[in-house]
Amino acid sequence: MANCESCPTKNNCESQENCMIENNPWNEVKKVIAVMSGKGGVGKSTVSALLAKGLLNKGLKVGILDADITGPSIPRLLKVRDKKVESSEWGLLPVESEDGIKVMSLNLLMPDEEQPVIWRGPIISGAVKQFWKDVYWGDLDYLILDMPPGTGDVALTVMQSMPINGMVMVTTPQDMVSMIVAKSINMANTMKIPVIGIIENMSYMLCPSCKEKIKIFEDDSLSEFLSRMELQLLAELPMCREIAALAGEKDWDHPLVMKTIQEAVTKIMEYIQD
Amino acid sequence: MVSSCSGCSTASTCSGSCPSVPELTEAQKLSNVKNVIAVMSGKGGVGKSSVTGMLAVSLMRQGYKVGVLDADVTGPSIPKIFGITAKADANENGIIPASTEKGIKLISLNLMIANEDDPVVWRGPIISQLVKQFWTDVIWGELDYLLIDLPPGTGDVPISVFQSIPVNGVITVSSPQQLANMVVRKAIKMANMYDANFYGLIENMAYVECPDCQKRIEIFGKPNGEKEAEFNEIPFLGELPIDPKLAELSDAGKIEEYNSEKFNQIIQKLINQSLGKGTKE
Ligand SMILES: Nc1ncnc2c1ncn2[C@@H]1O[C@H](COP(=O)(O)OP(=O)(O)OP(=O)(O)O)[C@@H](O)[C@H]1O
Ligand SMILES: Nc1ncnc2c1ncn2[C@@H]1O[C@H](COP(=O)(O)OP(=O)(O)OP(=O)(O)O)[C@@H](O)[C@H]1O
Ligand code: SF4
Ligand SMILES: [Mg+2]
Ligand SMILES: [Mg+2]
Ligand SMILES: [Zn+2]
Ligand SMILES: [Zn+2]
Repeated sequence: MANCESCPTKNNCESQENCMIENNPWNEVKKVIAVMSGKGGVGKSTVSALLAKGLLNKGLKVGILDADITGPSIPRLLKVRDKKVESSEWGLLPVESEDGIKVMSLNLLMPDEEQPVIWRGPIISGAVKQFWKDVYWGDLDYLILDMPPGTGDVALTVMQSMPINGMVMVTTPQDMVSMIVAKSINMANTMKIPVIGIIENMSYMLCPSCKEKIKIFEDDSLSEFLSRMELQLLAELPMCREIAALAGEKDWDHPLVMKTIQEAVTKIMEYIQD
Repeated sequence: MVSSCSGCSTASTCSGSCPSVPELTEAQKLSNVKNVIAVMSGKGGVGKSSVTGMLAVSLMRQGYKVGVLDADVTGPSIPKIFGITAKADANENGIIPASTEKGIKLISLNLMIANEDDPVVWRGPIISQLVKQFWTDVIWGELDYLLIDLPPGTGDVPISVFQSIPVNGVITVSSPQQLANMVVRKAIKMANMYDANFYGLIENMAYVECPDCQKRIEIFGKPNGEKEAEFNEIPFLGELPIDPKLAELSDAGKIEEYNSEKFNQIIQKLINQSLGKGTKE
């Protein structure tokens, strides 16, 4: 966010000096993309992991900052849950996935991944800020932020204090979901953060037995939603076991899904470069 | 319940000006709520709001007086699934909840803002203050059951609900998604720190039935709700399929017309095991 003018908390802010925080001086992060939705469980973390893989396939250096402090999913999705973060004189060192994606997540700092984090908002958003300024990300072409659900503390802190180049909004084909996603888009608009486009997840399902396309969610108002929000569609992803298995133990490779993701990544990079 | 700051898990990092020194608050004075049930999961999108809605409808069908407190301030779903667009009113005594066609009382932030897709960009302390007001300032009147639909996470709202509202029981919603179990366990551990009483675990989205070949498709992997419940030492209430009809009726604001044999079994189990028949007059 450029300044205090567009800040929604301006009226009861005492400092009025812009919340933008300085990044760790050792870091050179070229582009920051946040993956958001507002709604829970639509696939933000899954999409974050897939986009990171897509960017990596383009030969870029990629990191993921897991901004979901109370429900972190990235360590599992990138199969780094057994690794631990270490510190160095330049800051905390993110762990690295097998294919070379750097990851910082609260669960990598916890002795036990099932331990709950029962913190109030200010402490939670403080942790997210630290993942930006106290972590030695080094040289990155893209840093992806996996946002928690909601438009509360973390969303506000991220939009106020980090230099976001663009946001990807994830939705599923349901009115009830798009209403909440619209809240997030309106928030980003208010705070002058560009929204790159929409990824519709769980668009349809293929029956593994009869190969029939099953529409779980009958809603077909996507095009209406896109035009109302004036946004482009970046990808439509099916609901399938393979994507669910991304969070599992096995190695993951799914050419069809990756092709769709690769196209989305191209659109995102075009948008950012313009 | 936590009775002093020493029981609070944020005590070590608390600046001392804790906005909710743990203490239960009184409900609005014209209210008489017999039983408060919180629906939680920690994980997003597993179906907390849907389960809250179905539970409210089932209890109402059995003749109980039911209210729903939508504690998901930034992502409220309750008004939408009940098809309520009217705004909440207030009088000198407090806030008047909306009422559905069948008489379920509802309060939600979305009943207080101009457009349903206006964002609520508030920090935690303000959000939890509002949730507390939904308890202290809403004229619920006589209720057999007040259901609280919690947001995902283990942050401000669940903390405030457990600290300030006398929750009688917690229902946990999970799904067979691998990412869900770990986060759901976090939430259960959190509730345990507040000595919560668990009514049980419901595994939602366990499978889909193909409309063409009727095969059971376990899209997220093998359902494991019963094992999870056992692991967490809470009762298992049953599994629910992904049902396109539920999604469709929820979008249309007609969850009150939804009927599910599977859910009826769950509610029967819940009543037999935990709710008893004591509260109906
Ligand atoms: N297209 C898909 N097909 C099958 N399963 C999926 C798909 N997308 C996501 N999932 C599964 O659904 C669950 C929710 O996805 P994910 O955790 O990515 O959502 P989220 O929006 O990050 O959730 P939260 O709001 O809790 O952060 C996960 O278990 C994931 O593995
Ligand atoms: N059993 C089901 N069959 C079909 N659709 C379902 C089922 N359960 C939930 N859904 C749909 O999945 C989506 C998520 O459900 P819901 O909003 O109830 O989850 P939630 O846990 O309350 O999410 P949040 O974490 O955002 O509050 C909704 O669009 C809902 O209609
Ligand atoms: S950006 Fe930060 S400093 Fe500026 S008005 Fe908003 S909260 Fe205050
Ligand atoms: Mg997530
Ligand atoms: Mg909900
Ligand atoms: Zn597939
Ligand atoms: Zn089939």
